[in-house]
Amino acid sequence: MNPLLEVSHVCYSYHTLSGETQALTDITFSVEEGEFLAVVGPSGCGKSTLLSLLAGLMQPEQGTIHISQSPVSRRQTNIGYMLQKDHLFEWRTVYQNVILGLEIQKRQTAENLAHVEQMLKDYGLAAFKGSRPSELSGGMRQRAALIRTLALDPSLLLLDEPFSALDYQTRLNVCDDVYQIIKKEKKSAILVTHDLSEAISMAERILNLSKRPAKISRIISVQFQETELTPMKKRQAPEFKDYFNEIWKELNSYG
Amino acid sequence: MDEITARQAEFLKEHRRHHHLVAFCRFLAFFLFLAAWEISTDLHLIDAFIFSSPSRIVRTIIDMSRDGSIFRHTGITLYETLLSFALVILVSFLTATVLWFSNTVSEILEPWLVILNSLPKSALAPLLIVWLGASTRTIIVAGMSVAVFGSIISMYTAFRDTDGEKLKLIYTLGGNRLQALRCVVFPSSVPSIISILKVNIGLCLVGVIIGEFLAAREGLGYLIIYASQIFKLNYLITALIILCIIAFCFYQIIQKLEHDIRKARNL
Repeated sequence: MNPLLEVSHVCYSYHTLSGETQALTDITFSVEEGEFLAVVGPSGCGKSTLLSLLAGLMQPEQGTIHISQSPVSRRQTNIGYMLQKDHLFEWRTVYQNVILGLEIQKRQTAENLAHVEQMLKDYGLAAFKGSRPSELSGGMRQRAALIRTLALDPSLLLLDEPFSALDYQTRLNVCDDVYQIIKKEKKSAILVTHDLSEAISMAERILNLSKRPAKISRIISVQFQETELTPMKKRQAPEFKDYFNEIWKELNSYG
Repeated sequence: MDEITARQAEFLKEHRRHHHLVAFCRFLAFFLFLAAWEISTDLHLIDAFIFSSPSRIVRTIIDMSRDGSIFRHTGITLYETLLSFALVILVSFLTATVLWFSNTVSEILEPWLVILNSLPKSALAPLLIVWLGASTRTIIVAGMSVAVFGSIISMYTAFRDTDGEKLKLIYTLGGNRLQALRCVVFPSSVPSIISILKVNIGLCLVGVIIGEFLAAREGLGYLIIYASQIFKLNYLITALIILCIIAFCFYQIIQKLEHDIRKARNL
């Protein structure tokens, strides 16, 4: 079976009048259907650039990116992108916010709207449909943002440090929530983060990027003896510490 | 929260008392000013011919209401101001949208807009009369000329200041630039647009009065110039008072609009 996402030999540089900055060099990896991949690396190494390329917001200078065998472009709709902040619009109700993607793509079919209703109910937001985003807690906002992304039924989710704007306690809870929602909806996901524990507790494989210009320094698969653990439980599992040390060393060896 | 504590009641009472005091003193100051003006003209401390007086102004207002001229002049000025205001908002909204769409166009036009905006617009009025004739059209264009360039610049700035991450969200949801404009740029610019409205309604009034000084046979600006030429200071001050009231009403209306929008958005 072919992988869901295939990235091969991707390079990208930023151009300004003062010069050229290489952000990514020769990035090659793939993601299988239903897999959860994390990308870690030092800050400013080009993680967000990678996501923008995957989402088709920018085109790679060299190399190719294929999703389900077709090349990525901006107007394609089978990628969901979750940004650092939830960016729920205060001038819309929670419901109007979660159907924003459907509205933009003019896909407000009965079937899609029913799916949204079901998700709102499943993830505890049904009672807040008519509320303003400011009335929601940090965790609820993040769930609403996730439902907005999932409403378009993407085959691949890109998570760009989606928890970094939250306080620590909320962060751990939301991390659990989001993980379970993604697993329940059977989505593949790529999580970009600089938080190693987050990466280990959520992902099945972790892709280490080196300092800029970013190369893949190593890909580590994360396996816990006990299966079906939530991110919170994984943090308490004995293997957690070993993985942490391994990745920590990896990151620092390029420091 | 039905029960309020004694301290809270005390606080509320104190707040109301302060509020009433301020309102009372405002009226008192106004009343004292009118009384001082009236008395000093009666005692010939100041010349009523030049300074007019409250009682003379009231009489003028009554006379002008009787022959309807006060309503005609006010109506003309109101009509011209509102029309030029509406056109300013329309033109600057459309232009700002075009500028937002094309960085190249905005880069080309920016210095010209800045120059036109810093030009003293009253200098344009004589030119407008030559071009467009001494007509209502000239006055409306004069009203627009004062406000429109600044309005374009501030509206474009408001559009451009939209959070880039929010735009990115629209693009990641598969939206194009037009949808970004409709779903993010316009709604997030509403507060700035309201303050632009607030500034511009006043500027349009300024422009219309300048236009009426030079090119009108009716309107408050005309009344002011006419009254000053024939030394009917009662008319002049009456016109000024009406202008004060108009400016106040415009401000209140936009304030109300702002309040309603805030309420609708639950901010």
